[in-house]
Amino acid sequence: MGMIDWDAVQTAEHVQRGEVSAVECIEEALLRIESTNPTVNAFLHVDGEGALAKARFMDHNLTREAKANLPLAGVAVAIKDNMVTTDMPTTAGSKILEGFRSPYNATVVELLERAGAIVVGKTNMDEFAMGSSTEHSAYGVTRNPWDPNRVPGGSSGGSAAAVAARMVPLALGSDTGGSIRLPASYCGVFGIKPTYGRVSRYGLIAYASSLDQIGPLARSVRDLARTLHLIGRHDEKDATSLDVDTIPESPIPTALQSLRIGLPEEYFGEGIDIRVRTLIEKTLDQLRESGADLVPISLPHTRYAIATYYLIAPAEASSNLSRYDGVRYGLRVAGDDLIHMYQKTRQEGFGSEVKRRILLGTHALSAGYYDAYYLKAQKVRTLIRQDFDNAFAQVDLIVTPTVADLPFKLGERDLDPLQMYLTDIFTVTTNLAGIPGLSQPVGLVDGLPVGLQWMGPPLSEDRVLSAASALEAILPPPEWPLSGGIQE
Amino acid sequence: MTNQYEVVIGLEVHVELKTQTKLFCGCANAFGQDPNSQTCPVCLGLPGVLPVLNGEAVALAARAALALHCTVNSYSKFDRKQYFYPDLPKAYQISQYDQPLAENGHVTIQPSDGKRDIGIERIHMEEDAGKLNHLGQRLEDAEGSLVDLNRAGVPLIEIVSRPEMHSPEEARQYLVELRTILSYLDISDLRMEEGSMRCDANISLRPLDYTGSLADLPRVEIKNVNSFRNVQRSIEFEISRQRQLLQTGQRIVKETRGFDDASGSTYSQRSKEEANDYRYFPEPDLPPLVLSETWLQNQREALPQLPDELRQHLAQRGVAERDVEVLVQDLNLYHYWSQVVELVPDVRLVTNWLLSDYSRLMNAKGLNFATPQVSADGLASLLTLITSGTLSGKMAKEVLEAMFETGETAEAVVKRLGLSQITDRNAIKEIVSAVVAANPAVVQDFLSGKEKALTFLVGQVMKQTKGQAKPDLVNALLREVLAAYA
Amino acid sequence: MNLTEKEVRHVARLARLAISSTELSEATQALGRVLDYIDLLNELNTDAVPPTTHVEAIETVWRQDRVVPSLSPEAATANGPQVSSQMFVVPKILDRGEE
Ligand SMILES: [Zn+2]
Repeated sequence: MGMIDWDAVQTAEHVQRGEVSAVECIEEALLRIESTNPTVNAFLHVDGEGALAKARFMDHNLTREAKANLPLAGVAVAIKDNMVTTDMPTTAGSKILEGFRSPYNATVVELLERAGAIVVGKTNMDEFAMGSSTEHSAYGVTRNPWDPNRVPGGSSGGSAAAVAARMVPLALGSDTGGSIRLPASYCGVFGIKPTYGRVSRYGLIAYASSLDQIGPLARSVRDLARTLHLIGRHDEKDATSLDVDTIPESPIPTALQSLRIGLPEEYFGEGIDIRVRTLIEKTLDQLRESGADLVPISLPHTRYAIATYYLIAPAEASSNLSRYDGVRYGLRVAGDDLIHMYQKTRQEGFGSEVKRRILLGTHALSAGYYDAYYLKAQKVRTLIRQDFDNAFAQVDLIVTPTVADLPFKLGERDLDPLQMYLTDIFTVTTNLAGIPGLSQPVGLVDGLPVGLQWMGPPLSEDRVLSAASALEAILPPPEWPLSGGIQE
Repeated sequence: MTNQYEVVIGLEVHVELKTQTKLFCGCANAFGQDPNSQTCPVCLGLPGVLPVLNGEAVALAARAALALHCTVNSYSKFDRKQYFYPDLPKAYQISQYDQPLAENGHVTIQPSDGKRDIGIERIHMEEDAGKLNHLGQRLEDAEGSLVDLNRAGVPLIEIVSRPEMHSPEEARQYLVELRTILSYLDISDLRMEEGSMRCDANISLRPLDYTGSLADLPRVEIKNVNSFRNVQRSIEFEISRQRQLLQTGQRIVKETRGFDDASGSTYSQRSKEEANDYRYFPEPDLPPLVLSETWLQNQREALPQLPDELRQHLAQRGVAERDVEVLVQDLNLYHYWSQVVELVPDVRLVTNWLLSDYSRLMNAKGLNFATPQVSADGLASLLTLITSGTLSGKMAKEVLEAMFETGETAEAVVKRLGLSQITDRNAIKEIVSAVVAANPAVVQDFLSGKEKALTFLVGQVMKQTKGQAKPDLVNALLREVLAAYA
Repeated sequence: MNLTEKEVRHVARLARLAISSTELSEATQALGRVLDYIDLLNELNTDAVPPTTHVEAIETVWRQDRVVPSLSPEAATANGPQVSSQMFVVPKILDRGEE
């Protein structure tokens, strides 16, 4: 097994033991990016020089003891371009932030660097994280490493594709309605959206503040655990950050026999691609055979989740995106007077999907509509949370497909936003309820990956990771696209 | 339709809180610094930032609410008020909308027809906006503006009165009393000229036969008037403008108007009747504010003596009603007064001296009691020389003036000028006898019943003692000596 | 619920977006479809349901009133599209009301 196959934990262990240098790890990543990224377009920005300089510093200046204290020593990481970095530009996939350079680092970036990780670049995404395909970036689409004619999922498509194509072992994404788990499923990698408040949002460019969470994408459950252990810390700069114990650095081994797992009927109904359903059911059988207690449950308000989400998220987004006004940073398009400048800047700076959501959100909050739309959605959100409260009174965890279908073709869902919105149907509920959700690759059908989703009660990431780890152990090791799946 | 109207005035007062840092970030809350030198990613509204509430700002706001007799809500929350303007970096202001920090207070005013409480509807917290410097004379003809965000994020409280004032004078009294109360709390600089206290006035005329809701009357808001005097002037102007419109059968348009100091008139700022659509919604980045009874009790205990308590206290000490108000309005003066009264228990004497001669000298020098020219000890020793009879009132004035000029102690001035009243009975009696002996004709006049002759003799004695003899003693001794002639 | 172009134009003005007439009709259609879908929520009687504004059970998070160094004015304005005397320059402000 070569370096390319190492996960983050393996990479760090080699660097800690002095078996490979940090520079070698970074060079490996950069080479891989160089050969693969032109096709995949996972990265918006790669800072090879900067990353190598940091690696060199680590190799030359740190003792073995010092390196042993760095849980991600020498690990190349990719950061979704909606987390601000001082060393590299941050655009959130939008033209309106072209050329913007943040004077501060996101808290997660600081925490990863402190742990020895080296940021090699920023990854592509749907503009301001609004999308499920990474087609809505001002800087071109990202392609699925398994099939370049298909989408990688979104909005953290660049991060998922970079991990799947083995350009980097580890990446950060953000998840507002499924933006980590959906691309993780479509690209065949692991991804977790933590409990709301587990990871600091300071430095994450806000899409929908009450739903956004940062989480890792990786090629093993233990990498997710180690990364979440490091970034899931209380942060005084985020008033919604929870002051709770961090999760264990490694998943605690759990016997599947001890788990009572709920299968919500609403997630196994019509509309699921038969190939996805077959593979998920096969996996459920494996869980059953390993002794897990699988019980049918109901989450009755699931059918209202997308409607709820598409009121709350655009409403908050319309507010969060008002600051892009051409005054202090980013794009400015000249106008005759202030209002013209505002209008032209925003008109030219935002893409069509972003504008659509701004209009929808502004409408939902405007005079006379607030009660019927925004307030109504917040109330239904309460019902959706209560569904989960009731379910978790009966079961330890819930399992569902991550997404109802296989990665679709580029451009396939362009014409109908509503169709695109429905892609998130199995993932938005955890954001609305604020609970953790993890997507795990369970195999391929027709050469395309399928993901299974774990959900747990608030702050149960340790339980979710342990279960995923137990399943990982009984499944054949995940496959990776050859050379990024791309003809070489 | 009647021609008789009742004036209805409501005031919205913004007060900047005197915290060390801004409301949602750690930047210094400091006035008059270099442009954009007190800014950080948070108050610049950069991508990715989050607000974190300043606990001290909540404490100061709660104390203001308690001092204004409000109920502080145990549960309140923050909301976003959204509009685009270059001084508002995020294009929303974090404020409190439907669940403010405090509600239902009052300020007592004293119009000619007796005391009355003006209701306070609510007090909420919010962040201030930055400042625009217009390139050009006026906003209207400026070619552009420069944005300075030092003030963006400074903590504010907005105090909203009920529409319960009915004249410009009542509005003025409300503002004066409000500022007095807040000044006791020491939570704000309260400088209108620097913008640390700002006032918007809502004015409408209610026809006396109108029975509908006040909220339905066309209301004019005058924004950002920069002094109490101008608040009063702008309201006066607005009342007569509206009255004229109504009397000529015209409609009053609900609008926002500005005030022009030079012409003393208001002018339309926002012409459209349509209200702004601020699209308020709960701020997802800030958890709700839940205040415990213990915390509130701590704030209550941190309250200083308030103006009404001081009024009572001074009345009990025997200070005249008019003087009470002077002391209440100037806390520095009051503190000085209390120090002097500690040393010279004659409250009336101390108050008279402080409010007349001492204040006159301070005013002449353009000083205030934050930096008294003569220390409380110094004034006390001067007043003690009066009570002991060493100095006459007239002499004391001269001494005080000298103390102001040279900084000498009262004793030093008295010594230098050789002042000090002659109170030695024998010494004066000698002079009295000599004067009587030297003026037999005048003595004769007195003895024959001309009381006026005595005044002449007193004058002669005072002349010989260079005015230092105690006048009532001179009088008494003269009568004693003259009695021997009779 | 039917959405008119007039409403979308009003919303675009509030959001400071100068959308073209093509975009306007497209957006009206697309948003109309989404709002039709959202009508689904009216199946639920939520009169007695409290809204969720924060999913977490946390309250009253505040910090000490302690000064943290600010950015330098140069750093603060480094990203400004137009800067003069350490301030952001904006074009002239006309009061056009709701236009
Ligand atoms: Zn700041």
